[in-house]
Amino acid sequence: MEFKLPLFPEQASSVAGQVDAFYLFLVLLTTFFSLLIALMIVFFIIKYRKRPDHKAEQIHGSTLLEIVWTAIPLGISMIIFVWGAVLYYHLQNPPKDALEIYGVGKQWMWKFQHPGGQREINTLHVPTGRPVKVTLISQDVIHDFFVPAFRIKTDVLPNRYMHTWFTPTREGNYHLFCSQYCGTNHSGMIGEVVVMKPEDYAEWLASGKAEGSMASMGEKLFQEFGCTTCHRPDAGARGPSLLGLYGRPVRLSDNRVVIADDNYIRESILNPNAKIVSGFQPIMPTFQGVVSEEGLIQITEYIKHLSQQDSEPLSNRSNPAVLRDTEVPTIQQELKGRGNEPAAPSGKKP
Amino acid sequence: MSTAATTVKPVMPAKHYLNDNYGIRSWLLTKDHKRIAILYLCTITFFFFLGGMFAALIRLELLTPEGDLFHSDTYNKLFTMHGVNMIFFFLIPSVPAVLGNFILPIMLGAKDLAFPKINLLSWYIFIVGAGFGLAALIGGGVDTGWTFYTPLSTGYVRTPVIVLAVGILIAGFASIFTGLNFIVTTHRMRAPGMTWGRLPLMVWANYAASLIMILGTPVIAITLILVALERGFHIGVFDPKLGGDPVLFQHMFWFYSHPAVYIMILPGMGVISEIVTCFSRKRVFGYTFIAFSSIAIAVFGFVVWAHHMFVAGISTYSALVFSLLSFAVAIPSAVKVFNWTATMYKGSVSLETPMLYALAFIGLFTIGGLTGLFLAALGTDIHIHDTYFVVAHFHYVMVGGMVTAYLGGIHFWWPKMTGKMYPEAPAKLAALITFIGFNLTFFPQFILGYLGMPRRYHAYPPEFQVLNVLSSAGASVLAVGFIMPLVYFLWSLKFGEAAGDNPWDAKGLEWQTTSPPPTHNFHEVPIVTEDPYNYGEEANVVH
Repeated sequence: MEFKLPLFPEQASSVAGQVDAFYLFLVLLTTFFSLLIALMIVFFIIKYRKRPDHKAEQIHGSTLLEIVWTAIPLGISMIIFVWGAVLYYHLQNPPKDALEIYGVGKQWMWKFQHPGGQREINTLHVPTGRPVKVTLISQDVIHDFFVPAFRIKTDVLPNRYMHTWFTPTREGNYHLFCSQYCGTNHSGMIGEVVVMKPEDYAEWLASGKAEGSMASMGEKLFQEFGCTTCHRPDAGARGPSLLGLYGRPVRLSDNRVVIADDNYIRESILNPNAKIVSGFQPIMPTFQGVVSEEGLIQITEYIKHLSQQDSEPLSNRSNPAVLRDTEVPTIQQELKGRGNEPAAPSGKKP
Repeated sequence: MSTAATTVKPVMPAKHYLNDNYGIRSWLLTKDHKRIAILYLCTITFFFFLGGMFAALIRLELLTPEGDLFHSDTYNKLFTMHGVNMIFFFLIPSVPAVLGNFILPIMLGAKDLAFPKINLLSWYIFIVGAGFGLAALIGGGVDTGWTFYTPLSTGYVRTPVIVLAVGILIAGFASIFTGLNFIVTTHRMRAPGMTWGRLPLMVWANYAASLIMILGTPVIAITLILVALERGFHIGVFDPKLGGDPVLFQHMFWFYSHPAVYIMILPGMGVISEIVTCFSRKRVFGYTFIAFSSIAIAVFGFVVWAHHMFVAGISTYSALVFSLLSFAVAIPSAVKVFNWTATMYKGSVSLETPMLYALAFIGLFTIGGLTGLFLAALGTDIHIHDTYFVVAHFHYVMVGGMVTAYLGGIHFWWPKMTGKMYPEAPAKLAALITFIGFNLTFFPQFILGYLGMPRRYHAYPPEFQVLNVLSSAGASVLAVGFIMPLVYFLWSLKFGEAAGDNPWDAKGLEWQTTSPPPTHNFHEVPIVTEDPYNYGEEANVVH
């Protein structure tokens, strides 16, 4: 047993100090009011204790006091609300220039992939001094991505992407916990976030032999699934062109306008008839159960690149492909493996 | 009056509700609200100790960082069954179905609840529901967590979820019937002169809780039916694989389960109002404000549910709205605490056991309530959501608050319920042990939570061990504090002194009748001519 008794977890992100300051304010407030009530009770017990020469004085109440002790807590709680809301808003909105890392949670492990294609399991390497946005999805039940040292957390849902972001400030190894109960080995779904100096991170990325960047893997899938047959940038195409699509508004056949973000693209692949682009027919087949979550992320990343860069094939720019971690299956292996994956257990067996 | 009580030794009345009739049939077919209260008391005491046993096993496992005592599936079942037992089969019925059932009609000067047969039916329904709960337990136990989050509960676990869901569904109807009965009784059965402004605060609190019971419980019923349909027949509602949305489940679940927290705590607050004023020998401070704060809590309680979901994928703007509303619900609770404290001001305070529990309630509920602000505040909730901080906060409100209030109420009305006095010295000792054990158990969990220990962890990193050992040590102390009352209450049934009609020299109609009361509560219909808690003046209730 380690006989350490810290009161705060390590501070390893840019917001950790801010969250701790807010927390400390709340602790002081709680201590003050709890002591106030406790001391008043003790004082009244002693001063007004039952004794023969003392009779209770009957007081009905005081509207003034009621107003005072309604107004003061109300005022204080509004301060807490605003302070907390400002912090939350900051934590919910990742900066535009953030390094984007993708993660997939499944019972009971975490899989991460860096933009350059490097994969890791239950470990996440990140550089200091740069905002990192993690886009997360679950393959099965709800999980939760929680790094106490960063003071951030988000549930990881099975049906849409969730985001969290942080700017690591101190090198070190920090806990990554799943904090949404997810079944048998919930407490085993833990990992490590390794924060490195930017140059060490670059070195680490280079040593990690990826089979190509995420976008180029996405491009491969895009061709493999024949998406290019319809999604072409010419006028006769049966599907809308995806060039310059990402992050832009799209008009749908029912005249709604939606933003083409990660979740829109994911939905359009898995459930193509949910949102039909104006001027096109609902002819696209579903890819539910065909593309893995990682594959979806790679395709999304490819579509994202289509809007950011010229049409030079991505494969020309990426590194030659060898798996860094032999335990990590390639997307192709994963796709083959999916065929004999057992179906979700039925609930009928007690 | 008190001198009279000490000079003349009280004797049990010749005829009362306990000896009116004998035999098992007279209990199982009774329509007397007092006997039904006793039936509920026995039932939920069983579930309290069953749930407590699960808690003890959980704390035993958490003594060491490794998951070495149980398999993780067993551990997951333990915390699920602990939560389900304590919430659905103990806390929700605790004060309303036991103390409220017993005391509310007498406080109103009524012969019984408005629908005595429905009252008995509610107990039978509860037994059937609890029976399903036990069946799920005997059938291996369920490992979804008491929150039944989808799609884990509908598509992944292989335990009898449907059986347990049906149990909770059925037990919910018991709660609806009790609430219905309380509301109608409060409206229709008040004694002459018992105006709304004269209702005891216990009645106001139970009335507010009853509103939540009948409006909220149907929602959990619908939710559980949908879970069962999805699990049993693959009708997609919540599971994305079947085209559903798992966050929808959380909205529906918390739409009931957050107000349900107020079903649990409001009646406890009513008990505290009664006890504090009695042992301060003083009118309650700010009667109207305490009464209406109960209603305010019941109303606001319905619009704060999504504060359980700040990191679960709701939009930033709805998070802001729900955070703001959650602060609004904190205000009436603060008002109550201030009023109880002010009630002692210039009083004549004595520290009998019920008062000890009431004071413990005020202190622990204050901490429980204030730590709720950490969770309602968005910036801190991101970090402490789903950690032991939540566990500690919840137990400060539900055990430090509600169980303490329940025990205080049982001690306060035990003489009325049984006609016997419990032994004061061991009772005070038990209250003290409970208070110390409770804080030792749950205070370290606040720190654990902020350090980042997630809840529902079977094994944990070694740096969390010191605080976990403290917590487990506290749990063993707490267990002693909870077992002691069971022993001396049973002892007092046989060996306790006769209590007399009004051992606390308290105001309120329940103290005007005999202890235990006759089957129809009063020999003559009481007429109320004074305000509640009219301490310091001679009672002038006309018989």
